[in-house]
Amino acid sequence: MIATACLIAVAAISVSMLMNLYRLGRGPDVLDRILALETLVVNAIGLVVVMGLWFNTSLYFEIALLIVTVGFLSTVAFCKYLLRGNVIE
Amino acid sequence: MAWLGEILISALILIGALFLFVGSFGLVKLPDIMRRLHAPTKSTTLGIGALLIASMLYFALLQDTLSLHELVITVFLFLTAPITAHMISKAHILRNTALQQSLPAPPGEEGWATLDRVGPDDDQPPGAGAPK
Repeated sequence: MIATACLIAVAAISVSMLMNLYRLGRGPDVLDRILALETLVVNAIGLVVVMGLWFNTSLYFEIALLIVTVGFLSTVAFCKYLLRGNVIE
Repeated sequence: MAWLGEILISALILIGALFLFVGSFGLVKLPDIMRRLHAPTKSTTLGIGALLIASMLYFALLQDTLSLHELVITVFLFLTAPITAHMISKAHILRNTALQQSLPAPPGEEGWATLDRVGPDDDQPPGAGAPK
């Protein structure tokens, strides 16, 4: 039953990532693209967690933690660059 | 007892995937960036929380190993999602001058704190205004 739920979840998250890619390519403003990238990162974390549940390993959580950190830092750096024209002043 | 845990974990996985899907669908569907900001930052965070609770329950109930990595991810994600939403909305307001003109005036003498100029090019002498 858990394997079936994981299969459905992986399908839903994949469709979500495709929709994020649509917004990433389409988005009228650059901030839409930043938001799409951030949502893509969060969906990737969900995908990694579901894969760890499915394959019964707890090894994937370090990968999820690294993806969380990189996604947050890149979003803040993008917004800081748009706000101030520089990342580290 | 194990089947009850399996049902609970499967339900949490499905709820998490549903909220992730709803967040991404709102990102595509909603018309404006300020409205578009709500869907990923609220709904997607809830979905990730449900998935991580499902993972903790799976390793605690069915595998008999206590795994606390998920708590770290949950705390970090719940701390950083409002910060990214705030940064994106602030960048949107500061980049859009037509939007700044259309903001309603807040009560009192102070204007919008987002639009206050701070930094070395401030025309006030240091120490003149209220501290930030």
